[in-house]
Amino acid sequence: MAAIQNFFEEKQLDDTIKDQYLTFAIEDEDYGVEIAYVKEIIKMQSITKVPDMPNFIEGITNLRGDLIGVLDVRKRFGKPFKEHDEETCIIVINYGDYTLGMIVDAVQETAIIPEERIAPPPSAKLSYANQFVRNIGKVGEDVKLLLDVERFLAQD
Amino acid sequence: MTDFDRESMLEMFIFEMTQLIDQLEATIVQSESEYNMDQINEIFRVMHTIKGSSAMMMFDNIASVAHSIEDLFYYLREENPQGLDFKRLSDHVLSGADFVKEELAKLQGGEKPNGDGTELALAIDKFLHQIKGEESETSAPVGTGKSADTKPQNIGTTGENMHKYKAKIFFQDGCEMENIRAYTLVHNMQNFAADIVHVPADVIDESTIPLIRNEGFTVEFSSPRDYTFVYNHLGATVYLRELSLEDLSAPEDATIDAAPEIVNTETGDIHNIDVDIPMPEEPTIEEEHTMETPTLVETFAPSSPAEAAASAEAAQKKAGSASHMISVNVNKLDALLNLMGELVISEAMVTQNSELEGLQLESFNKETRQLRKIISNLQQTVMQMRMVPLSATFFRMHRIVRDMCRQLDKDVQLDIVGEETEVDKNIIEHIADPIMHIIRNSIDHGVELPAERKERGKAAKARVLLEAKNAGGDVLIIIKDDGRGINTQKVLAKAKANGLTSKPDAEYTDREIQQFIFLPGFSTNDQVTAFSGRGVGMDVVSSNLEIVGGTALVDSVPGEGTTFTLKIPLTLTIQEGMSVLVAGAQYTIPIANIIKSFKARPEDLFTDPSGNEMITNRGEIYNIVRLHDFFNIDGAVTDVCEGTLIQLENGEHVVCMLVDELIGQQQAVVKPMPKYFKKVRGLSGCTLLGNGDISLIIDVAGFFDK
Repeated sequence: MAAIQNFFEEKQLDDTIKDQYLTFAIEDEDYGVEIAYVKEIIKMQSITKVPDMPNFIEGITNLRGDLIGVLDVRKRFGKPFKEHDEETCIIVINYGDYTLGMIVDAVQETAIIPEERIAPPPSAKLSYANQFVRNIGKVGEDVKLLLDVERFLAQD
Repeated sequence: MTDFDRESMLEMFIFEMTQLIDQLEATIVQSESEYNMDQINEIFRVMHTIKGSSAMMMFDNIASVAHSIEDLFYYLREENPQGLDFKRLSDHVLSGADFVKEELAKLQGGEKPNGDGTELALAIDKFLHQIKGEESETSAPVGTGKSADTKPQNIGTTGENMHKYKAKIFFQDGCEMENIRAYTLVHNMQNFAADIVHVPADVIDESTIPLIRNEGFTVEFSSPRDYTFVYNHLGATVYLRELSLEDLSAPEDATIDAAPEIVNTETGDIHNIDVDIPMPEEPTIEEEHTMETPTLVETFAPSSPAEAAASAEAAQKKAGSASHMISVNVNKLDALLNLMGELVISEAMVTQNSELEGLQLESFNKETRQLRKIISNLQQTVMQMRMVPLSATFFRMHRIVRDMCRQLDKDVQLDIVGEETEVDKNIIEHIADPIMHIIRNSIDHGVELPAERKERGKAAKARVLLEAKNAGGDVLIIIKDDGRGINTQKVLAKAKANGLTSKPDAEYTDREIQQFIFLPGFSTNDQVTAFSGRGVGMDVVSSNLEIVGGTALVDSVPGEGTTFTLKIPLTLTIQEGMSVLVAGAQYTIPIANIIKSFKARPEDLFTDPSGNEMITNRGEIYNIVRLHDFFNIDGAVTDVCEGTLIQLENGEHVVCMLVDELIGQQQAVVKPMPKYFKKVRGLSGCTLLGNGDISLIIDVAGFFDK
């Protein structure tokens, strides 16, 4: 846990990536993940299923010789299955000791969301998907749901 | 000295020391009741090296303890006193070894070795005095002069028996920091020598290193000691390659005595001595002994080429195995192994490339077969490089047994069999602890006190057998004692109390009950002893073994003893595997577990009343495991006769596994599952296929614990 903490603090201090978020779409909603976690974006590729895993863990894939786990964000949020298409991407993130891929409907852009434009979500957790949202950020008139990565990755 | 230098020196130091201490312990424990001359010499040498190295690293506390032990053994070596109390002697040496170990542990943890060895050193010195007093009151005081801080006695420039010596020393190539070594040497000489003059003079200055390297380090001094003493003392210098010692006051030529002084005053250059002294050639050569260090170099030039060749050969022979060994950082071997893995994968990517499909490639296929052969040889060599015999790990157990016997008043003989069995370096690290815990457990809980053993009609001396042997792709480590065995009633009661049981008592077989002891926090020992009883230990066994993919079994007969069997894989990294297909996905089954594969005939299949599928094959009946059912995979072949059955064995158990079809044999570079994934029963890892896809590796053992 200390490693994660350090990692987090280090990245926080790094001004060049401060306040930057990679935004992606799941169904009609826009989400954001801190750019500090993002390693790269790859297009959909072959994934090997692993038995006995929570349903949102899609399997493992070969990222240039490294084996990484892949999670399906739709399934994690409890959204219905959607056929993968041209836009479907895997966002590869580094979080603590983990390198993991997240399957998203589409990747949008890198947005700068300064702290003052970020607000905590309404206290009542209205939907299952909401529990993975740590904050809500505003870009112009659009609302981006900022992902709570730790919560998102928790397997219980 | 830069930090970097010191860092790598420190690493070498720790490595070297650990090896020496292991060696020392092995020597002592093997011969505790009586030391022969070889062992005394051995211990003396080890202690001398420890002293030298730690003094050089400026760990004075280690050096002083080593020094007193060295003194002690110097005396034993020279005087060979009779009727020694070897038990006490061993205790002293072992406590010294423990002290060094403790300090090394501190160093490894990045701390300063600040332990106080004074008391220990004093105790050892006292012991030495006692032996001297008891054994040889009349003999002259021998020893290298107590320790560095006591005043050198009897050393003056004008003593009657003073000898003048001139020594030339070459250090081994690549030993580094020759100047500091030279300094240490001179420092150590102060115990028995005076008037020390050396060239180069300012050895603290690093710029003298090349000089010492090329021209050697020349020391002149006078000493009351005889030639042999001085020669032996200098000869024990660490990293010594070559030593020549001349007695300048040799009786052949009386004028020599004065020679150095004349030279000194006239030219101030000691180098000239060689030319100025009218010393006959022959005696010099006779006087010049050459140290038989592993890299021996003859000091006199051979007169003919044939002789040169012969002497080189002799040198080679004398060098023995030591000079053919290099120590390599494990990280480098790991890197090599990773590269090897990638090579295997990319070879498959090339030779099984989809673009080659359907082409007639006679020559290409021939060449790729050759390539495969070379790569598999290379792979075997790389794997072989990582294999280490278990002997070091095994012999370390002697010490544990000894200590425990002493403290628990038990009498145990440890027999070691098959210690030459080799296992991957990474695996060895994980099994040393489990073996130690099991042995402790056996002695503490299993073995009875001598009196109790006699009552039961057993030999008073208990036996613990530590054995290693190969079994297919695994290594079995067996630890067997002839103690009282495991009390299943007690274990079951304890398991129940801890809420570990899941079915009525009566349904547990003895074997199942015995396995409880591997669970965390389990101990039947009512009293916590220094060695066991806290309930940690046996769960270390199972958790450590899990890391390396091994298993532990226990089998106990009440009153007769307990046998622990650890089954560990030979290597973690590259396995020969059979690729199989289930619902379009590939799985790899270790070849070592496969007996055969076959197609089922409908008439051989049947189902028992509880729904278990079985098959008869060649008169034997086997359970059928459907891989797709086990892993809940959809879309697989469900008709047993349509798919393929693979007969798998794990220990004495055999099952037939249903898969869709076989693909073929291939080298699997085992990669662990990504960290995010929890352990899945029946899977041991994954491997990359030639086309970049991933295949999961089946852990056959997982199918048997259900």
